[in-house]
Amino acid sequence: MLRTKDLLDLESCTSAELLSILDTGTAFRRVMDRPIPKVPVLRGRTIANLFFENSTRTRISFELAEKRLNADVVNFSASGSSLAKGETLKDTVDNILAMKVDLIVIRHGQSGAPHYLAERIPAGVVNAGDGMHEHPTQGLLDMMTMRQKLGSLDGKRVTIVGDISHSRVARSNIWGLTKLGAQVTVCGPPPLIPMEIEAMGCTVETNLEKAVRDADCINVLRIQLERQENNLFPGNREYARAYRVEDKVIAECRSHCFVMHPGPMNRDVEISSSVADGDRQVILDQVSNGVAVRMAVLYLLSGGAPESLGDTIA
Amino acid sequence: MSANEGNLIIEGVRILDPSRDLDAKGHLVVQEGKVTACDAGPAPEGGVDLPRVDAKGLVVAPGFVDLHVHFREPGFEDKETIETGSAAAAAGGFTTVVTMPNTSPAVDTAAVVHLVRNKGLAAGQCRVLPAAAVTHNLEGKSMCQYGDMVDAGAVALTDDGQPVRDAGLFRHVLEYSRILGVPVITHAEDETLSAEGVMHEGKWSTRLGLKGIPAAAEVVGVARDIELARLSGARMHVAHVSSRGALELIRRAKDQGVAVTAETAPHFLDFTDADCATYDSRFKMRPPLRSMDDQQALVEALADGTLDCISSDHAPHTPNEKEQPFDLAPFGVVGLETAFAACHDRLVRRGSFSLLDLVRLMSLAPARIIGSEGGTLRPGAAADFTLIDTETSWMPRERDLLSKGRNCPWLGRSLTGRVQATYLAGRLTHGQRWAQEAVAR
Repeated sequence: MLRTKDLLDLESCTSAELLSILDTGTAFRRVMDRPIPKVPVLRGRTIANLFFENSTRTRISFELAEKRLNADVVNFSASGSSLAKGETLKDTVDNILAMKVDLIVIRHGQSGAPHYLAERIPAGVVNAGDGMHEHPTQGLLDMMTMRQKLGSLDGKRVTIVGDISHSRVARSNIWGLTKLGAQVTVCGPPPLIPMEIEAMGCTVETNLEKAVRDADCINVLRIQLERQENNLFPGNREYARAYRVEDKVIAECRSHCFVMHPGPMNRDVEISSSVADGDRQVILDQVSNGVAVRMAVLYLLSGGAPESLGDTIA
Repeated sequence: MSANEGNLIIEGVRILDPSRDLDAKGHLVVQEGKVTACDAGPAPEGGVDLPRVDAKGLVVAPGFVDLHVHFREPGFEDKETIETGSAAAAAGGFTTVVTMPNTSPAVDTAAVVHLVRNKGLAAGQCRVLPAAAVTHNLEGKSMCQYGDMVDAGAVALTDDGQPVRDAGLFRHVLEYSRILGVPVITHAEDETLSAEGVMHEGKWSTRLGLKGIPAAAEVVGVARDIELARLSGARMHVAHVSSRGALELIRRAKDQGVAVTAETAPHFLDFTDADCATYDSRFKMRPPLRSMDDQQALVEALADGTLDCISSDHAPHTPNEKEQPFDLAPFGVVGLETAFAACHDRLVRRGSFSLLDLVRLMSLAPARIIGSEGGTLRPGAAADFTLIDTETSWMPRERDLLSKGRNCPWLGRSLTGRVQATYLAGRLTHGQRWAQEAVAR
C-alpha cells in the first residue's frame, strides 16, 4: 500500500515507500524467472496506458507488467486520437474512465500533466514520464538495478552524465537516490545543467573525469539531436569529445563502478559501443528490472500489501 | 439620474488624501459630482440638505487608478468585456483604468480608441482610458497615427503583451512621443531569452521541469529601453516590473535624471515562483512570479520611490483556456477585485507601509503618470472615491467575481481589507447594499 492513489513523482515519496516498492519489485523479479512468469493479483482490474508522447520501451514494459499481473489492458496513443480533434486532456480521460478503468498510466509531453489529471479523476494515476519533470518508474528501475550491484544505496556515489536540463530521468534519479542516502553528482555541458539544481540535493561537476572518479555507478543519459539544433551545444562530435563515456574514462574509475543507460542509446555519442557492449554495463538488467518494478508499483497502488505477496507468489 | 445622485455627505470617515498628505477623521461633501469639502472634523450642520451617509469605521480614499488592465474588447469578449471589466474595477475601488491595446482589432486607430472610450462611458462604472498601440496590429513594424489616437482620447502608447523588438523603431517612437504629451509604456523583455519559458527560471522551474524565463529576460529589456529613453528624452513607463535587476537599473536611471517611471503588480508582492509548485495555472503570468529575493526588492523599491505605483495587470481568460496543464495555459491573472486587499495585507499589515502610502501608490501616483486629475479629494476635484473597511477579513470566491475571468490566484485565501463602496463623480458604482444600510442608519 502506498499513501496515495497515484505515483506522480519520486519527490513526494518517502524513503519507506521507495524501499517498499523496490523490495516488492525484487520479489516480482523472481516471478519473471519462472517458466510461467505470471501472478494473477490484478485479475479483474482494468488499466489504461495513455501515451500522448512516443514511447516504445516504456509502453511495452508497462504492458508486460500489467499482463503478468493478469490485469485487463487497453492502450491509447495520441496519434490519430480525438486529441487531434481538439478534445481536452480531461475530456479524453473522462471518456476512458466512463468505460470503467481502475488505473491510468500516462506519458505526456507537458510537465505536470499527470498531476493535473490526478487532481481531477478518482482513478489512480501512474506517471510514465511527464515533460522534463519526472519519470518515476525509470528512477525506480535504476535504483533497483543499483541495489542489485551495490546493496544498500546509503553513502554510495552516483554520477549522472548528459542533458540534465531536459531529463525527467535525471530528476527522478536525484530525488529517489538522495532519499535513500546516495550522493548524486550531475555532469554535462553547462547549458544542459538547469539553474540551481543543487537545491535538489545533488552536486554539479562539469568535468567528466572529475565527476566519475569516485563514482560507484555512472548513469548515462541520451543526448537528443534537437538540443543541438537549438544551439545548446556545438554538436555531437564536440559533445562526445568532452562527455562520451568510453574506455579511457572507465579506466580511471573505481574498479567496481558500473554503467547504466535508460535507452535508447546514441552509440558513440554519449556512450562508446565498447562500453555499451562491455562487461561494466548493466543496461539489459535495467530493462528486465523495469518490468518487475512496474509490477510492484501497479500492485501496491491497487491496494496490494508487500507482506501478502509472499503467499501469492510463494 | 435621481435628483440626489451626485450629492451626498459622508460622515464619520477617516480621510486619506495623498494629494494633501491628509490622514484624519472627517467628512466629505459631494455636490453635483464634485468634491465641495473634504476636511477633518464633523460635517457642518444645516446648510444644504444633502443625503447623509454614515461611514463610521471606514476610510475614504481617492478612487484607485490602474494603469494596466486588459478588458479584451473588441475581439475577445469571451474573456472579458469593457462592461464586466469595469464592474470588476468598481468592485475593487477603481475609478480609472487604462486598457491595453492588444485586442482584435488592436487599438491602433482613432476609431478603435473611440470604440473603447464609448463602451467605457456606456458601462459607466469607471473612467476607461485606452492606451493605444505603438505599431500597427502590435506587429512591431510600422508606426500608428498617434496624433489622431491621442486626440481621440488615448492616454499612453504601448505594444503591451510584447516588447517593440526593433530598437531603432522604438527609439523613434519615444522621440516622437515628446510632441504628444503621453507616456510610452514598455513591456520590457528580451524574447530570445524568455523563449518558450512558462515560469521564472530558478530552483522551482528546475524542480518542476518547466521551461524557465530568466530574470535576465526582463533586465536586458529594461536596460535597452532605459538607454532609449535617455537617448530620446521621452517619458517612459516600465510596466509590470518583476525582478531585482530591473529595479537596480531603474533606480540608477532615475538618479541620473532619465524620465522613467515604473510599476509592479500585486501578484508579484504576494506570491513567488514557489507558488507554481502544484502546476496550478492560476499562478502563470508574464513576466512570471519570481524569487523571494526579487519580491523583497520590489517592496524596497516601492518604499524608496524606484517604483512609482501598483497596477493590477488584470488579464482575464476563459476558464476553459486557463484550465489546462501549466505548459499549455495562457499567461495572465485577474486581480482588480483583490488588488487593494492583497497589497494592504502585504504592505500595510505585514509591512511597514502606512495606509496613506498604499493609497498614494494606487491613486495619486499612477494618475500623475498619465496626467489624469484623479488621486485627490481636494475640493473641486471629481468625486471619484472609494470607501474601505480595513479591518474586515474575507475570502475571494469564484462565484463572487464580477470579472469573467476565474484565473485569480487569491481565490480561497484570506485577505484583510475590503472595498465597501465606490463612487464615480459622486454616483455609486459599487456597494449598493452597503450604501442603503449606511443611509438608513
